[in-house]
Amino acid sequence: MCGIVGLYLKDPAQASQLGALFEPMLLAMGDRGPDSAGWGVYGDEVPDGMLKLTLQSEDPSTPWDELMDAFRRDLDGDVDWFRNATAVVIKTRAEEAAVRAWLATNAPAISLMSVGSSIEILKGVGHPRLVADRFSLNQMRGSHIIGHTRMATESAVNMEGSHPFSTGLDLCLVHNGSLSNHNRLRRQLEHEGMSFETDNDSEVAAAYLTWRLRQGETLTQALEAALDDLDGFYTFTIGTRDGFAVLRDPIACKPAVMAETASYVAMASEYRALARLPGISQARVWEPEPGRVYVWEHAQQGVEETGT
Amino acid sequence: MSSFSLAEGSVRELNASLHAGGGQVGDNEWLITEPDGRHALACGLNEPMEVVIDGNAGYYCAGKNQHANVTINGTVGVGVAENMMSGRVRVRGNASQSAGATGHGGLLIIDGDASARCGISMKGIDIVVGGSVGHMSAFMGQAGRLVVCGDAGESLGDSLYEARLYVRGDVKSLGSDCVEKPMRDEHRAELRELLDQAGYDAQPDEFKRYGSARRLYNMHVDNARLDGGGGNE
Repeated sequence: MCGIVGLYLKDPAQASQLGALFEPMLLAMGDRGPDSAGWGVYGDEVPDGMLKLTLQSEDPSTPWDELMDAFRRDLDGDVDWFRNATAVVIKTRAEEAAVRAWLATNAPAISLMSVGSSIEILKGVGHPRLVADRFSLNQMRGSHIIGHTRMATESAVNMEGSHPFSTGLDLCLVHNGSLSNHNRLRRQLEHEGMSFETDNDSEVAAAYLTWRLRQGETLTQALEAALDDLDGFYTFTIGTRDGFAVLRDPIACKPAVMAETASYVAMASEYRALARLPGISQARVWEPEPGRVYVWEHAQQGVEETGT
Repeated sequence: MSSFSLAEGSVRELNASLHAGGGQVGDNEWLITEPDGRHALACGLNEPMEVVIDGNAGYYCAGKNQHANVTINGTVGVGVAENMMSGRVRVRGNASQSAGATGHGGLLIIDGDASARCGISMKGIDIVVGGSVGHMSAFMGQAGRLVVCGDAGESLGDSLYEARLYVRGDVKSLGSDCVEKPMRDEHRAELRELLDQAGYDAQPDEFKRYGSARRLYNMHVDNARLDGGGGNE
Protein backbone atom coordinates (compact mmCIF):
# COMPACT_ATOMS: atom_id res chain seq x y z
CA MET A 1 0.00 0.00 0.00
CA CYS A 2 1.56 3.29 1.19
CA GLY A 3 -0.02 6.72 0.98
CA ILE A 4 1.14 9.84 -0.82
CA VAL A 5 0.05 13.42 -0.22
CA GLY A 6 1.12 16.76 -1.64
CA LEU A 7 -0.02 20.35 -1.12
CA TYR A 8 1.04 23.41 -3.07
CA LEU A 9 -0.22 26.83 -1.93
CA LYS A 10 -0.77 29.37 -4.69
CA ASP A 11 -1.12 32.26 -2.24
CA PRO A 12 2.13 33.13 -0.39
CA ALA A 13 0.05 34.72 2.37
CA GLN A 14 -1.03 31.20 3.41
CA ALA A 15 2.55 30.02 4.02
CA SER A 16 2.15 30.01 7.79
CA GLN A 17 -0.77 27.56 7.42
CA LEU A 18 1.09 24.95 5.34
CA GLY A 19 1.84 22.50 8.14
CA ALA A 20 -1.58 22.87 9.76
CA LEU A 21 -3.33 22.21 6.43
CA PHE A 22 -1.03 19.33 5.54
CA GLU A 23 -0.94 17.37 8.78
CA PRO A 24 -4.53 16.05 8.49
CA MET A 25 -3.74 14.97 4.92
CA LEU A 26 -0.78 12.89 6.06
CA LEU A 27 -2.63 11.42 9.05
CA ALA A 28 -5.63 10.46 6.91
CA MET A 29 -3.27 8.16 4.99
CA GLY A 30 -2.02 6.55 8.21
CA ASP A 31 -3.91 3.32 7.58
CA ARG A 32 -2.34 3.02 4.11
CA GLY A 33 1.10 3.31 5.69
CA PRO A 34 1.39 2.85 9.44
CA ASP A 35 5.07 1.92 9.79
CA SER A 36 6.94 5.09 8.80
CA ALA A 37 6.24 8.59 7.56
CA GLY A 38 8.07 11.57 6.17
CA TRP A 39 7.80 14.73 4.14
CA GLY A 40 9.78 17.24 2.15
CA VAL A 41 8.80 20.83 2.96
CA TYR A 42 9.81 23.89 0.92
CA GLY A 43 10.15 27.32 2.49
CA ASP A 44 12.52 29.58 4.47
CA GLU A 45 14.76 29.86 1.39
CA VAL A 46 18.42 30.75 1.88
CA PRO A 47 20.04 33.47 -0.30
CA ASP A 48 22.12 32.68 -3.38
CA GLY A 49 25.53 31.31 -2.49
CA MET A 50 24.21 29.49 0.56
CA LEU A 51 22.95 25.95 1.05
CA LYS A 52 20.38 24.51 3.41
CA LEU A 53 21.03 20.95 4.57
CA THR A 54 18.95 18.62 6.71
CA LEU A 55 20.85 16.11 8.83
CA GLN A 56 19.35 13.34 10.90
CA SER A 57 20.65 11.01 13.59
CA GLU A 58 18.68 8.16 15.07
CA ASP A 59 20.85 8.32 18.18
CA PRO A 60 19.11 10.73 20.60
CA SER A 61 22.38 11.33 22.44
CA THR A 62 24.08 12.76 19.34
CA PRO A 63 26.18 15.72 20.60
CA TRP A 64 24.83 18.25 18.09
CA ASP A 65 26.32 21.30 19.86
CA GLU A 66 29.84 19.86 19.79
CA LEU A 67 29.39 18.69 16.24
CA MET A 68 28.24 22.08 15.02
CA ASP A 69 31.10 23.79 16.87
CA ALA A 70 33.45 21.58 14.90
CA PHE A 71 31.54 22.40 11.69
CA ARG A 72 32.02 26.10 12.46
CA ARG A 73 35.72 25.59 13.07
CA ASP A 74 36.40 23.36 10.05
CA LEU A 75 33.98 24.55 7.34
CA ASP A 76 32.05 27.76 7.94
CA GLY A 77 32.53 30.20 10.81
CA ASP A 78 29.15 31.79 10.10
CA VAL A 79 27.05 28.62 9.92
CA ASP A 80 23.48 29.00 11.14
CA TRP A 81 21.65 25.95 12.43
CA PHE A 82 18.69 24.76 14.46
CA ARG A 83 17.57 21.46 15.86
CA ASN A 84 14.17 19.83 15.36
CA ALA A 85 13.94 16.61 17.42
CA THR A 86 16.31 14.08 15.77
CA ALA A 87 17.05 16.40 12.83
CA VAL A 88 19.22 19.47 12.38
CA VAL A 89 18.85 22.09 9.65
CA ILE A 90 22.05 23.89 8.62
CA LYS A 91 22.37 27.08 6.56
CA THR A 92 25.92 27.48 5.32
CA ARG A 93 28.21 28.89 2.63
CA ALA A 94 30.23 25.66 2.62
CA GLU A 95 30.18 23.53 -0.55
CA GLU A 96 28.06 20.37 -0.62
CA ALA A 97 31.04 18.15 -1.46
CA ALA A 98 33.04 19.60 1.45
CA VAL A 99 30.17 18.97 3.85
CA ARG A 100 29.74 15.39 2.63
CA ALA A 101 33.46 14.68 3.04
CA TRP A 102 33.50 16.31 6.47
CA LEU A 103 30.47 14.29 7.64
CA ALA A 104 31.99 11.04 6.39
CA THR A 105 35.07 11.70 8.51
CA ASN A 106 33.58 13.35 11.59
CA ALA A 107 30.06 11.95 11.91
CA PRO A 108 29.62 8.83 9.78
CA ALA A 109 26.44 7.80 11.65
CA ILE A 110 24.64 10.98 10.64
CA SER A 111 22.52 10.92 7.48
CA LEU A 112 22.37 13.86 5.08
CA MET A 113 18.69 13.93 4.19
CA SER A 114 18.42 16.87 1.84
CA VAL A 115 20.47 19.59 0.16
CA GLY A 116 19.16 22.72 -1.51
CA SER A 117 18.12 26.27 -0.88
CA SER A 118 14.60 25.61 0.38
CA ILE A 119 13.97 21.89 0.97
CA GLU A 120 13.95 20.14 4.36
CA ILE A 121 13.34 16.37 4.45
CA LEU A 122 12.12 14.97 7.76
CA LYS A 123 11.19 11.33 8.16
CA GLY A 124 11.24 8.46 10.58
CA VAL A 125 9.95 5.09 11.71
CA GLY A 126 6.66 4.99 13.59
CA HIS A 127 3.01 5.74 13.03
CA PRO A 128 2.54 8.98 11.03
CA ARG A 129 0.89 10.54 14.12
CA LEU A 130 4.09 10.02 16.13
CA VAL A 131 6.38 11.22 13.34
CA ALA A 132 4.23 14.34 12.80
CA ASP A 133 4.28 15.09 16.54
CA ARG A 134 8.03 14.46 16.78
CA PHE A 135 8.84 17.14 14.21
CA SER A 136 5.89 19.49 15.01
CA LEU A 137 4.56 19.18 11.47
CA ASN A 138 1.52 21.36 12.15
CA GLN A 139 3.75 24.34 12.96
CA MET A 140 5.65 24.21 9.67
CA ARG A 141 5.58 27.08 7.20
CA GLY A 142 6.35 27.12 3.51
CA SER A 143 5.02 27.20 -0.01
CA HIS A 144 4.59 23.48 -0.67
CA ILE A 145 5.11 20.06 0.84
CA ILE A 146 4.92 16.41 -0.20
CA GLY A 147 4.66 13.48 2.16
CA HIS A 148 4.45 9.71 2.46
CA THR A 149 3.09 7.08 4.81
CA ARG A 150 4.83 3.75 4.39
CA MET A 151 3.70 0.14 4.48
CA ALA A 152 6.98 -1.57 3.65
CA THR A 153 6.91 -4.36 1.07
CA GLU A 154 10.31 -4.36 -0.62
CA SER A 155 12.83 -3.69 2.12
CA ALA A 156 13.40 -3.13 5.82
CA VAL A 157 11.46 -0.75 8.03
CA ASN A 158 14.06 1.81 9.04
CA MET A 159 14.66 5.52 8.70
CA GLU A 160 16.78 5.09 5.56
CA GLY A 161 14.00 3.18 3.83
CA SER A 162 11.40 5.84 4.64
CA HIS A 163 10.32 8.42 2.11
CA PRO A 164 10.95 11.04 0.73
CA PHE A 165 14.24 10.27 -0.98
CA SER A 166 16.45 13.16 -2.06
CA THR A 167 17.00 13.26 -5.81
CA GLY A 168 19.34 16.25 -6.01
CA LEU A 169 19.29 19.90 -5.03
CA ASP A 170 15.81 20.84 -3.77
CA LEU A 171 14.34 17.64 -5.23
CA CYS A 172 12.71 14.70 -3.49
CA LEU A 173 10.59 11.71 -4.40
CA VAL A 174 7.79 9.77 -2.74
CA HIS A 175 6.56 6.49 -4.21
CA ASN A 176 3.51 4.28 -3.84
CA GLY A 177 4.01 0.95 -5.56
CA SER A 178 6.81 -1.48 -6.22
CA LEU A 179 9.41 -1.68 -8.98
CA SER A 180 10.24 -5.06 -10.46
CA ASN A 181 13.50 -4.17 -12.23
CA HIS A 182 15.18 -2.26 -9.41
CA ASN A 183 18.04 -4.71 -8.86
CA ARG A 184 19.20 -4.55 -12.47
CA LEU A 185 18.67 -0.80 -12.58
CA ARG A 186 20.63 -0.37 -9.35
CA ARG A 187 23.61 -2.21 -10.86
CA GLN A 188 23.42 -0.07 -14.00
CA LEU A 189 23.28 3.12 -11.97
CA GLU A 190 26.23 1.97 -9.83
CA HIS A 191 28.23 1.69 -13.05
CA GLU A 192 27.24 5.30 -13.70
CA GLY A 193 28.70 6.29 -10.35
CA MET A 194 25.55 6.44 -8.23
CA SER A 195 25.73 5.05 -4.69
CA PHE A 196 22.98 3.45 -2.60
CA GLU A 197 22.31 3.17 1.11
CA THR A 198 19.47 0.64 1.08
CA ASP A 199 17.93 -2.28 -0.84
CA ASN A 200 14.85 -0.13 -1.36
CA ASP A 201 13.26 0.03 -4.82
CA SER A 202 12.14 3.64 -4.37
CA GLU A 203 15.74 4.70 -3.69
CA VAL A 204 16.57 3.31 -7.14
CA ALA A 205 13.82 5.43 -8.70
CA ALA A 206 15.21 8.46 -6.88
CA ALA A 207 18.76 7.71 -8.04
CA TYR A 208 17.52 7.18 -11.59
CA LEU A 209 15.97 10.66 -11.63
CA THR A 210 19.07 12.17 -10.00
CA TRP A 211 21.23 10.58 -12.70
CA ARG A 212 18.98 11.81 -15.53
CA LEU A 213 18.87 15.34 -14.13
CA ARG A 214 22.68 15.36 -13.84
CA GLN A 215 22.83 14.69 -17.59
CA GLY A 216 21.12 18.06 -18.02
CA GLU A 217 17.60 16.79 -18.62
CA THR A 218 14.58 18.68 -17.33
CA LEU A 219 12.40 17.03 -14.72
CA THR A 220 9.74 16.41 -17.37
CA GLN A 221 12.29 14.73 -19.67
CA ALA A 222 13.60 12.60 -16.81
CA LEU A 223 10.09 11.48 -15.89
CA GLU A 224 9.24 10.65 -19.50
CA ALA A 225 12.38 8.53 -19.67
CA ALA A 226 11.30 6.83 -16.43
CA LEU A 227 8.16 5.64 -18.19
CA ASP A 228 10.42 3.55 -20.46
CA ASP A 229 13.05 2.46 -17.96
CA LEU A 230 11.14 1.75 -14.75
CA ASP A 231 9.16 -1.48 -14.72
CA GLY A 232 6.51 -1.98 -12.09
CA PHE A 233 3.77 -0.17 -10.26
CA TYR A 234 4.15 3.43 -9.27
CA THR A 235 2.54 6.67 -8.47
CA PHE A 236 5.36 9.16 -7.90
CA THR A 237 5.16 12.65 -6.51
CA ILE A 238 8.33 14.70 -6.93
CA GLY A 239 8.90 17.89 -4.95
CA THR A 240 10.83 20.63 -6.74
CA ARG A 241 12.06 24.03 -5.55
CA ASP A 242 9.05 25.70 -7.16
CA GLY A 243 6.30 23.09 -6.96
CA PHE A 244 5.67 19.42 -7.51
CA ALA A 245 5.17 16.83 -10.26
CA VAL A 246 3.04 13.68 -10.43
CA LEU A 247 3.56 10.58 -12.58
CA ARG A 248 1.62 7.30 -12.65
CA ASP A 249 2.68 4.11 -14.41
CA PRO A 250 0.97 3.53 -17.77
CA ILE A 251 -1.32 0.82 -16.38
CA ALA A 252 -2.30 3.00 -13.39
CA CYS A 253 -1.94 0.27 -10.80
CA LYS A 254 -1.70 2.70 -7.90
CA PRO A 255 -4.27 5.34 -7.02
CA ALA A 256 -4.03 9.11 -7.19
CA VAL A 257 -6.54 11.92 -6.94
CA MET A 258 -5.98 15.64 -7.52
CA ALA A 259 -7.87 18.71 -6.36
CA GLU A 260 -7.41 22.31 -7.42
CA THR A 261 -8.97 25.56 -6.18
CA ALA A 262 -7.99 29.21 -6.62
CA SER A 263 -5.73 28.90 -3.58
CA TYR A 264 -4.08 25.45 -3.78
CA VAL A 265 -3.28 22.29 -5.74
CA ALA A 266 -3.40 19.08 -3.73
CA MET A 267 -2.79 15.42 -4.54
CA ALA A 268 -3.33 12.27 -2.52
CA SER A 269 -3.64 8.53 -2.82
CA GLU A 270 -7.27 8.81 -1.74
CA TYR A 271 -9.82 11.58 -1.50
CA ARG A 272 -10.09 11.02 2.26
CA ALA A 273 -6.80 12.89 2.61
CA LEU A 274 -8.24 15.96 0.88
CA ALA A 275 -11.56 16.04 2.71
CA ARG A 276 -10.44 18.55 5.40
CA LEU A 277 -8.95 21.13 3.04
CA PRO A 278 -10.79 24.46 3.00
CA GLY A 279 -13.09 24.94 0.03
CA ILE A 280 -12.73 21.31 -1.07
CA SER A 281 -16.43 20.97 -1.84
CA GLN A 282 -15.98 23.60 -4.58
CA ALA A 283 -12.64 22.21 -5.83
CA ARG A 284 -12.10 20.58 -9.20
CA VAL A 285 -11.43 16.94 -8.28
CA TRP A 286 -10.06 14.47 -10.83
CA GLU A 287 -7.80 11.48 -11.34
CA PRO A 288 -4.46 12.16 -13.07
CA GLU A 289 -4.12 10.10 -16.23
CA PRO A 290 -1.62 7.25 -16.39
CA GLY A 291 1.64 7.77 -18.27
CA ARG A 292 1.29 11.55 -18.21
CA VAL A 293 3.66 13.98 -16.52
CA TYR A 294 1.91 16.68 -14.48
CA VAL A 295 3.91 19.63 -13.15
CA TRP A 296 2.76 22.54 -10.99
CA GLU A 297 5.26 25.31 -10.39
CA HIS A 298 5.26 28.95 -9.25
CA ALA A 299 6.69 30.20 -12.51
CA GLN A 300 3.78 28.86 -14.51
CA GLN A 301 0.13 29.59 -14.36
CA GLY A 302 -1.73 26.33 -14.28
CA VAL A 303 -0.54 22.94 -15.33
CA GLU A 304 2.13 21.71 -17.65
CA GLU A 305 1.08 18.37 -19.02
CA THR A 306 3.06 16.16 -21.30
CA GLY A 307 2.37 12.60 -22.13
CA THR A 308 3.19 9.64 -24.20
CA MET B 1 -36.58 11.60 4.62
CA SER B 2 -34.01 10.23 7.03
CA SER B 3 -30.55 11.69 7.24
CA PHE B 4 -27.24 10.35 8.45
CA SER B 5 -24.07 12.37 9.06
CA LEU B 6 -20.83 10.48 8.72
CA ALA B 7 -19.25 13.15 10.89
CA GLU B 8 -21.34 11.66 13.70
CA GLY B 9 -21.81 7.97 12.84
CA SER B 10 -19.61 5.24 11.38
CA VAL B 11 -19.81 3.63 7.94
CA ARG B 12 -20.88 0.37 9.58
CA GLU B 13 -23.73 2.13 11.40
CA LEU B 14 -24.77 3.83 8.18
CA ASN B 15 -24.91 0.62 6.16
CA ALA B 16 -26.74 -1.20 8.96
CA SER B 17 -29.31 1.62 9.07
CA LEU B 18 -29.80 1.44 5.31
CA HIS B 19 -30.18 -2.34 5.39
CA ALA B 20 -32.82 -2.03 8.12
CA GLY B 21 -34.53 0.70 6.14
CA GLY B 22 -38.04 -0.73 6.19
CA GLY B 23 -38.92 -0.39 2.55
CA GLN B 24 -42.22 1.46 2.97
CA VAL B 25 -43.10 3.76 0.12
CA GLY B 26 -42.34 7.37 0.97
CA ASP B 27 -40.46 6.39 4.07
CA ASN B 28 -37.28 5.14 2.51
CA GLU B 29 -35.36 8.21 1.45
CA TRP B 30 -31.95 8.93 2.89
CA LEU B 31 -29.62 11.90 2.80
CA ILE B 32 -26.04 11.06 3.74
CA THR B 33 -23.82 14.00 4.61
CA GLU B 34 -20.07 14.46 5.24
CA PRO B 35 -19.03 11.36 3.27
CA ASP B 36 -15.48 12.86 3.02
CA GLY B 37 -14.20 10.11 0.77
CA ARG B 38 -15.04 7.23 3.08
CA HIS B 39 -15.09 3.78 1.51
CA ALA B 40 -17.95 1.28 1.10
CA LEU B 41 -20.84 3.72 1.54
CA ALA B 42 -24.38 2.46 0.81
CA CYS B 43 -23.18 -1.04 -0.07
CA GLY B 44 -25.33 -4.14 -0.30
CA LEU B 45 -28.68 -2.31 -0.47
CA ASN B 46 -31.49 -4.73 -1.19
CA GLU B 47 -34.70 -2.65 -1.12
CA PRO B 48 -36.27 -0.02 -3.35
CA MET B 49 -35.03 3.19 -1.74
CA GLU B 50 -33.68 6.63 -2.61
CA VAL B 51 -30.23 7.44 -1.22
CA VAL B 52 -28.41 10.73 -1.81
CA ILE B 53 -24.77 10.99 -0.78
CA ASP B 54 -24.02 14.68 -0.56
CA GLY B 55 -20.30 14.97 -1.27
CA ASN B 56 -17.35 12.90 -2.46
CA ALA B 57 -17.29 9.17 -1.75
CA GLY B 58 -14.37 6.71 -1.62
CA TYR B 59 -13.94 3.17 -2.91
CA TYR B 60 -16.75 0.69 -3.71
CA CYS B 61 -19.58 3.17 -3.21
CA ALA B 62 -23.02 1.58 -3.76
CA GLY B 63 -21.40 -1.81 -4.40
CA LYS B 64 -23.62 -4.87 -4.87
CA ASN B 65 -26.65 -2.62 -5.21
CA GLN B 66 -30.04 -4.26 -5.70
CA HIS B 67 -33.26 -2.26 -6.27
CA ALA B 68 -32.03 1.04 -4.75
CA ASN B 69 -31.43 4.38 -6.44
CA VAL B 70 -28.22 5.98 -5.17
CA THR B 71 -27.08 9.45 -6.24
CA ILE B 72 -23.66 10.82 -5.34
CA ASN B 73 -23.35 14.61 -5.46
CA GLY B 74 -19.61 14.46 -5.97
CA THR B 75 -16.81 12.22 -7.16
CA VAL B 76 -16.30 8.54 -6.33
CA GLY B 77 -13.20 6.38 -5.87
CA VAL B 78 -12.42 2.95 -7.28
CA GLY B 79 -15.23 0.49 -8.04
CA VAL B 80 -18.43 2.50 -7.79
CA ALA B 81 -21.49 0.23 -8.19
CA GLU B 82 -19.25 -2.82 -8.52
CA ASN B 83 -21.27 -5.99 -8.98
CA MET B 84 -24.56 -4.07 -9.16
CA MET B 85 -27.54 -6.37 -9.75
CA SER B 86 -30.36 -3.86 -10.32
CA GLY B 87 -31.43 -0.33 -9.44
CA ARG B 88 -29.69 2.87 -10.46
CA VAL B 89 -26.51 4.63 -9.35
CA ARG B 90 -25.76 8.16 -10.52
CA VAL B 91 -22.45 9.98 -9.97
CA ARG B 92 -22.71 13.73 -10.50
CA GLY B 93 -18.90 14.14 -10.72
CA ASN B 94 -15.97 12.03 -11.92
CA ALA B 95 -15.40 8.36 -11.13
CA SER B 96 -12.11 6.56 -10.55
CA GLN B 97 -11.14 3.16 -11.93
CA SER B 98 -13.28 0.06 -12.45
CA ALA B 99 -16.65 1.82 -12.32
CA GLY B 100 -19.46 -0.72 -12.59
CA ALA B 101 -17.02 -3.64 -12.52
CA THR B 102 -18.65 -7.09 -12.94
CA GLY B 103 -22.16 -5.55 -12.73
CA HIS B 104 -24.99 -7.92 -13.61
CA GLY B 105 -27.80 -5.39 -14.06
CA GLY B 106 -29.14 -1.95 -13.28
CA LEU B 107 -28.01 1.40 -14.64
CA LEU B 108 -24.87 3.32 -13.68
CA ILE B 109 -24.71 6.95 -14.85
CA ILE B 110 -21.52 8.98 -14.51
CA ASP B 111 -22.03 12.63 -15.44
CA GLY B 112 -18.29 13.38 -15.41
CA ASP B 113 -15.36 11.25 -16.61
CA ALA B 114 -14.61 7.67 -15.61
CA SER B 115 -10.97 6.58 -15.53
CA ALA B 116 -9.42 3.24 -16.48
CA ARG B 117 -11.25 -0.10 -16.70
CA CYS B 118 -14.77 1.34 -16.66
CA GLY B 119 -17.17 -1.61 -17.02
CA ILE B 120 -14.47 -4.25 -16.63
CA SER B 121 -16.05 -7.72 -16.87
CA MET B 122 -19.54 -6.21 -17.11
CA LYS B 123 -22.16 -8.95 -17.10
CA GLY B 124 -25.40 -7.17 -17.94
CA ILE B 125 -25.13 -3.73 -16.32
CA ASP B 126 -25.81 -0.64 -18.43
CA ILE B 127 -23.31 2.20 -17.99
CA VAL B 128 -23.79 5.68 -19.44
CA VAL B 129 -20.85 8.09 -19.09
CA GLY B 130 -21.38 11.76 -19.86
CA GLY B 131 -17.64 12.39 -20.25
CA SER B 132 -14.76 10.13 -21.28
CA VAL B 133 -13.45 6.76 -20.10
CA GLY B 134 -9.85 5.61 -19.55
CA HIS B 135 -7.89 2.68 -20.88
CA MET B 136 -9.09 -0.96 -20.94
CA SER B 137 -12.72 -0.01 -20.52
CA ALA B 138 -15.23 -2.88 -20.95
CA PHE B 139 -12.34 -5.37 -20.72
CA MET B 140 -13.86 -8.87 -21.04
CA GLY B 141 -17.34 -7.37 -21.05
CA GLN B 142 -19.80 -10.23 -21.28
CA ALA B 143 -23.19 -8.53 -21.49
CA GLY B 144 -24.80 -5.12 -21.05
CA ARG B 145 -24.22 -1.78 -22.75
CA LEU B 146 -21.53 0.88 -22.23
CA VAL B 147 -22.33 4.33 -23.62
CA VAL B 148 -19.55 6.95 -23.69
CA CYS B 149 -20.52 10.48 -24.72
CA GLY B 150 -16.86 11.61 -24.77
CA ASP B 151 -13.71 9.72 -25.78
CA ALA B 152 -12.38 6.26 -24.89
CA GLY B 153 -8.76 5.49 -23.93
CA GLU B 154 -6.48 2.73 -25.14
CA SER B 155 -7.63 -0.86 -25.72
CA LEU B 156 -11.37 -0.34 -25.57
CA GLY B 157 -13.26 -3.61 -25.32
CA ASP B 158 -10.24 -5.89 -25.10
CA SER B 159 -11.23 -9.59 -25.13
CA LEU B 160 -14.87 -8.57 -25.37
CA TYR B 161 -17.67 -11.11 -25.27
CA GLU B 162 -21.18 -9.80 -25.97
CA ALA B 163 -21.30 -6.40 -24.28
CA ARG B 164 -22.22 -3.62 -26.73
CA LEU B 165 -20.21 -0.40 -26.69
CA TYR B 166 -21.26 3.00 -28.04
CA VAL B 167 -18.75 5.87 -28.19
CA ARG B 168 -19.48 9.37 -29.47
CA GLY B 169 -15.90 10.74 -29.47
CA ASP B 170 -12.51 9.33 -30.38
CA VAL B 171 -11.33 5.87 -29.44
CA LYS B 172 -7.58 5.91 -28.82
CA SER B 173 -7.28 2.24 -29.75
CA LEU B 174 -9.40 -0.89 -29.82
CA GLY B 175 -8.40 -3.86 -27.71
CA SER B 176 -7.84 -7.36 -29.00
CA ASP B 177 -10.89 -8.74 -30.84
CA CYS B 178 -12.90 -5.51 -30.52
CA VAL B 179 -14.13 -4.06 -33.82
CA GLU B 180 -16.38 -1.27 -35.05
CA LYS B 181 -19.75 -2.55 -36.17
CA PRO B 182 -22.56 -0.96 -38.17
CA MET B 183 -25.27 1.01 -36.37
CA ARG B 184 -28.63 -0.45 -37.30
CA ASP B 185 -32.05 0.77 -36.29
CA GLU B 186 -32.25 -1.53 -33.28
CA HIS B 187 -28.96 -0.10 -32.00
CA ARG B 188 -30.10 3.49 -32.51
CA ALA B 189 -33.28 2.63 -30.62
CA GLU B 190 -31.55 1.04 -27.63
CA LEU B 191 -29.02 3.88 -27.50
CA ARG B 192 -31.84 6.47 -27.55
CA GLU B 193 -33.47 4.66 -24.66
CA LEU B 194 -30.26 4.58 -22.61
CA LEU B 195 -29.55 8.27 -23.28
CA ASP B 196 -33.10 9.13 -22.29
CA GLN B 197 -32.79 7.14 -19.06
CA ALA B 198 -29.64 9.12 -18.26
CA GLY B 199 -31.28 12.41 -19.24
CA TYR B 200 -28.80 13.18 -22.03
CA ASP B 201 -29.92 14.76 -25.29
CA ALA B 202 -27.01 13.48 -27.40
CA GLN B 203 -28.08 12.01 -30.76
CA PRO B 204 -27.58 8.29 -31.46
CA ASP B 205 -26.33 9.11 -34.97
CA GLU B 206 -23.29 10.80 -33.41
CA PHE B 207 -22.11 7.48 -31.92
CA LYS B 208 -20.21 4.54 -33.29
CA ARG B 209 -20.87 0.99 -32.17
CA TYR B 210 -18.14 -1.47 -31.15
CA GLY B 211 -18.41 -5.14 -30.35
CA SER B 212 -16.66 -8.48 -30.35
CA ALA B 213 -15.28 -9.94 -33.58
CA ARG B 214 -15.74 -13.30 -31.83
CA ARG B 215 -12.32 -14.52 -32.97
CA LEU B 216 -11.34 -15.53 -29.46
CA TYR B 217 -14.32 -17.75 -28.79
CA ASN B 218 -12.64 -20.86 -30.13
CA MET B 219 -9.15 -22.27 -29.98
CA HIS B 220 -7.17 -21.55 -33.14
CA VAL B 221 -4.34 -23.97 -33.57
CA ASP B 222 -2.35 -21.30 -35.39
CA ASN B 223 -2.13 -19.39 -32.11
CA ALA B 224 -0.46 -22.31 -30.31
CA ARG B 225 2.98 -21.65 -31.69
CA LEU B 226 5.90 -23.73 -30.44
CA ASP B 227 7.90 -20.65 -29.46
CA GLY B 228 5.21 -19.71 -26.97
CA GLY B 229 4.74 -16.36 -28.60
CA GLY B 230 1.79 -15.19 -30.54
CA GLY B 231 -1.32 -14.69 -28.55
CA ASN B 232 -4.34 -13.07 -29.97
CA GLU B 233 -3.09 -10.03 -31.85
